[in-house]
Amino acid sequence: MFESLTDRMQGTFKKLNSKGRIAENDVDLALREVRISLMEADVNLKVAKQFVNGVKAKVEDAHALESLNPTQQIIQVVNEEMVELLGSEEAKLQTAPAPPTVLMMVGLQGSGKTTHSAKLALLLRRQGGKPMLVAADVYRPAAVKQLETLGGNLKIPVHSEGTQVAPERIAANAVAEARANGYTHVILDTAGRLSIDEAMMQELERVKEATNPTETLLVADAMTGQEAVRVAQQFHERLGVTGLIMSKMDGDARGGAALSIRSVTGVPIKFIGTGERPEALEPFMPDRMASRILGLGDMLSLIERAQAAFDERQAAELEQKMRTATFTLEDFYTQLQTIKSMGPLSQLLDMIPGMGSAMRNQDVQVDEREMKRIEAIIQSMTPDERQHPEILKNGRRRKRVAAGSGTSVADVNALLSQFNQMQKMMKQLTAGGSRGKLPRIPGLFS
Amino acid sequence: MVMRFLRGKQDPKERDQKLDEGLQKSRSGLFGQMSALFDREEITDETWEELEELLVASDVGVETTFTLVESLQDRVDSGELRRPSHVRETLKQELRGILESVPPRNGAATGEGLLVTLVVGVNGVGKTTTIAKMANRLKADGAQVVIGAADTFRAAAIDQLEVWGQRAGVPVIAGAPNSDPASVVHDALAAARTRRADVLLVDTAGRLHTKYNLMEELRKIERVVSKGGSKVENLLVLDATTGQNGLLQARQFAKTVSLDGVVISKMDGTSKGGIVFAVVKELGVPIRYVATGEKIGDLAEFDSQAFVDALWS
Repeated sequence: MFESLTDRMQGTFKKLNSKGRIAENDVDLALREVRISLMEADVNLKVAKQFVNGVKAKVEDAHALESLNPTQQIIQVVNEEMVELLGSEEAKLQTAPAPPTVLMMVGLQGSGKTTHSAKLALLLRRQGGKPMLVAADVYRPAAVKQLETLGGNLKIPVHSEGTQVAPERIAANAVAEARANGYTHVILDTAGRLSIDEAMMQELERVKEATNPTETLLVADAMTGQEAVRVAQQFHERLGVTGLIMSKMDGDARGGAALSIRSVTGVPIKFIGTGERPEALEPFMPDRMASRILGLGDMLSLIERAQAAFDERQAAELEQKMRTATFTLEDFYTQLQTIKSMGPLSQLLDMIPGMGSAMRNQDVQVDEREMKRIEAIIQSMTPDERQHPEILKNGRRRKRVAAGSGTSVADVNALLSQFNQMQKMMKQLTAGGSRGKLPRIPGLFS
Repeated sequence: MVMRFLRGKQDPKERDQKLDEGLQKSRSGLFGQMSALFDREEITDETWEELEELLVASDVGVETTFTLVESLQDRVDSGELRRPSHVRETLKQELRGILESVPPRNGAATGEGLLVTLVVGVNGVGKTTTIAKMANRLKADGAQVVIGAADTFRAAAIDQLEVWGQRAGVPVIAGAPNSDPASVVHDALAAARTRRADVLLVDTAGRLHTKYNLMEELRKIERVVSKGGSKVENLLVLDATTGQNGLLQARQFAKTVSLDGVVISKMDGTSKGGIVFAVVKELGVPIRYVATGEKIGDLAEFDSQAFVDALWS
């Protein structure tokens, strides 16, 4: 994982603080960290430079240096500036004055044009439209079949004419068919290439001319490096791109490509692709993207993972139990299983802002074996014992549980006292007591 | 006997030419500019700054760039290097040094029997096309090749592979769409044994390295293969246009299944390729192949010298 920008800048200022007041050229040092962070996020070099200069001017205007916490001040300026650059306006899809609205999807190979054509079609239908998909990629083996399958699954009609007809003919025929049959949207899935080549551009220009699309949407891979800007620029120059779709945003790519493309072409980002499923298409949110590029923690992905793992009803039940302090070892066990399904603990902790570096600094390690031991101990209890841990005060029961789980009585005791502590903590929380500070769960860290 | 076809029969000249063509843009682009930097009379602060920027712009990564530039700076300061042209030669050597710090690993080179090559990577990097190219190449070199189509998720991935299989003249073993990929691999293994194949190439579904469940699925596939007692090697396909995320991808895949090599795909789609240095340096996994085009023959064995030379010539 990348060190987050905040950590880094705080480090820089800590060194400076020991010298006393922060001088103006110290800001340059801090801004250098911003620039490096941007480059690590794949923000285009020129864009990063321009951006940092803009921030510098603002920081000087804002007298950020006189504030008590210059790091926070600068980060805030950086964040604001980035949100502005990413586009604060809501970028909706344009609609043609008379249906059908033609949406032309363009992009390099593997960026996700076909998948996102299907996602867009599903979204439009959910909004009450009647979309049609068009298979205009006649080169990639089975590309037509891929779109037909996706359309078939979603029950959205796919216009295809095999691979022997020219793409512009297919596209024009599709638009005519859509007009005749009352379709609201025509989504053209065009061919990609490995890199921009003249033949592809000419073909796309012909398709564009034949169909006069309302939107020409460039699908760009969030994981692309410094190349992203050049590719986008060329598509934009030749085809007049009207919107961007950033694909594969469900990974951990920082997505500097998005900022770069937006900044250089001025074309708004309209959607982000957040998964392989047809529903995984979301409107673009600049503030979220800004935090992501700056690496201000991955809380959002953590929350998403938790949402995916937790059953909503289950969570509500759990909350109720916590409130009424009837949380049992059985519930604790279920909870452990859910957390486990979210991935390795160390990875999860890494996503919490500050947690990753704090753990590295203190040399704390997550002991996954300890979790296994806890599981084993609970598994060795009878249902009755799990529901009423107090009966485990009986020494013979404890001995039996220890033997059954291959642990010692001391281990069982440790777990029980941890559990006690948890119950107490929950009572405190429900009493409206201490907020914020998370109590330690002893034993999970060694 | 397996070594014979893995060392490649391709005429070295022809291969270099291919690679040259793939790297054409690199040369006239950033690395070319970098080379020109050192045609100047003296080295100034500006030189270093520009050098840093050019390396970063090639997706080499900030950390690797700093290490490289600092080491060069030290050597200039100590008087070890004086002329810009010396600095250039040294940088070239260092870049090659990174690539050569890892010995090539060819899973097949150790003996007889079936070799199972699992091809993994994130979505859209070109796994399926790379498999077709590898199959074509191995077959041309005299090996018996079978392809297992274990991408049962992406719509029409199996059809795509079948088209490629026909073009390469290699049998493709596939299951039903959305079936368990591990069971497809199991069937493909049996088929490969029956046919006494030398190599079984397994195409897996693209998965983002951050998807825990999908990565676990990959582990399961690997288990199925290794249980069969065959030699297994895992190749990661990385898109040459990938930025710094390529490193995170490689790290996570390496954690899930042990990686034996990396294939850089879409090398003609980029003027960079700098990710190669970062991945080799940090993970110690050698680059196996470079895929340079869209045709079935567009696959070259990775040769660090040719690679770096081509960047600089």
